[in-house]
Amino acid sequence: MTRIGRWLPALVALTLPLWLSTYHLHVAIMAGIFGVLALSLNLLLGYTGQLSLGHAAFFGIGAYTSALLTLRLEWSFWPALAAAMALAGAAGWFVGRLSLKLRGAYFVLVTISFAGVISLVSVNWIELTNGPLGLPGVPAPELGPWSLRTKSAYYYLVLAAVALCYAVCRRLVNSRIGRAFVALRENEPLAESVGVEVTHYLVVAAVVSAAMAGLGGSLYAHYTRFVSPEVFLFTYTVTMVIMVVAGGKGTLAGPLVGAVLFTVLPETLRAVASWQWQMLAYGLLLVLLLFFLPRGIVPQISAYIAGRPRSDPGARAPSP
Amino acid sequence: MLAVRDLAVRFGGVAALDGVSFAVRPGSITSVIGPNGAGKTTAFNAITGYLRPTGGRVTYDGAPLTGLRPAAIARRGVVRTFQRTSVFPSLHLRGTAVLLAVLAGRRRLAGEESRLAADAAALIEFVGLGHRRRETASGLSYGEQRLVELAVALAARPRVLLLDEPGAGMSAAEKVGVSRLIRKIREQDVTVLLVEHDMRMVMGISDTVIVLNGGRVIAEGAPAEIQAHPDVIRAYLGTSRGPA
Repeated sequence: MTRIGRWLPALVALTLPLWLSTYHLHVAIMAGIFGVLALSLNLLLGYTGQLSLGHAAFFGIGAYTSALLTLRLEWSFWPALAAAMALAGAAGWFVGRLSLKLRGAYFVLVTISFAGVISLVSVNWIELTNGPLGLPGVPAPELGPWSLRTKSAYYYLVLAAVALCYAVCRRLVNSRIGRAFVALRENEPLAESVGVEVTHYLVVAAVVSAAMAGLGGSLYAHYTRFVSPEVFLFTYTVTMVIMVVAGGKGTLAGPLVGAVLFTVLPETLRAVASWQWQMLAYGLLLVLLLFFLPRGIVPQISAYIAGRPRSDPGARAPSP
Repeated sequence: MLAVRDLAVRFGGVAALDGVSFAVRPGSITSVIGPNGAGKTTAFNAITGYLRPTGGRVTYDGAPLTGLRPAAIARRGVVRTFQRTSVFPSLHLRGTAVLLAVLAGRRRLAGEESRLAADAAALIEFVGLGHRRRETASGLSYGEQRLVELAVALAARPRVLLLDEPGAGMSAAEKVGVSRLIRKIREQDVTVLLVEHDMRMVMGISDTVIVLNGGRVIAEGAPAEIQAHPDVIRAYLGTSRGPA
């Protein structure tokens, strides 16, 4: 990518609060939170090839942990955020150890079931979670003497989280661990034959991915100031999958592009069409995207700019 | 030295390996041959941890390999290729080699990427695919993919390399090339153990030939001895029954 191509999005992102309305800033914050979630799912789906269809569980665990710790134990935001990441990461470890020995379809099933169980717990453990009524009044974060209550301040908090997650993903996928992820995605028995410990690396991916989703959950809880069992809805996971696949799985920028596109798009459609037409347009766009850009937006555009489909020696030629 | 002692693998009531013992001399090229179903690939799978044997043990330089996972065995220097072509399909050759060089490295990655890339390029040249380095593995011919497999295995820096039918599906000319490559690998102090059906290739490159039949070792020796061994001839050609 050219220097301008690299710095222009950063410049735009940094100056958004200066030229966006409050409503549009809200959309940008949600895009940022979904960006964190999409980056987290991409580690599993894009780099190791394992599909987590219960990713909303890690998101929800992060949201509830942070909300409960700040509401019930009056923790401040930052330790609650760390705890949310730790607990979601621990859940990722548990699910990973449980299912990644079997992998593939079994991993998909276990993640779906795990999300279902956690969702039921959130509905039925009323003493802790307040059941379907949820937890209102989650406090806004504070940074020293400043409250991050305003949209602009929260936007920068989310932006920092996106940047952090991007940096972590970048560092990880360029490390030996990331190369092991790719080797496992490409050909697991072959990777194993050259010394890659399958379960170990897949569990590492699951833990980092879940912790990142927990971060997204905590940011969501303290932004909307309300957490209910809806955070475990399957639609959240589906949205994340769409963002990753349409943006370009197995790339670093793809999930972010997908997150922005599929957060902005429903909001735009809402202004011009009724709900049914929105869904129809949404579905049509998805079909067109997969038809014309089967490898995802970012890989296809990168290939177009480079003039040849596969130019980076270390990178994977994105798969359909 | 890679040593196999009384190795047994049973699938239900079928004994795929029934007490197989042999040793692979360091620095040698040893071939395992036998009719279909003799247990050759099963032996490879049991040695490299892809199959848990029901009896016996495998040791390398005295240390037991039995019960270890494939990755752990590979890290001890015992690396294999597969009978069916097995590559990283959507990676370029160069990317594949760099990936493997990185994985094979034991030290920190920072600062060594360029050296690893150079190692990777040398590896691709070594197997004779330098001119194809920009291709993805899935875009190569079958014979070239087998060479990629060899490069993949070599990137893991093996001390013992187990090749499962490296010449399968190749033309006669390609087999000559592979034989030359296997000799070059041996010259780099890598012990080679291979399963192969092509007798011309086996007899041309092997120091020792081990013959399996029905899950047992029926003969072991130099190629010339094996060619004349009556049990081997019987295993391959059958026995003639006298007139009734």
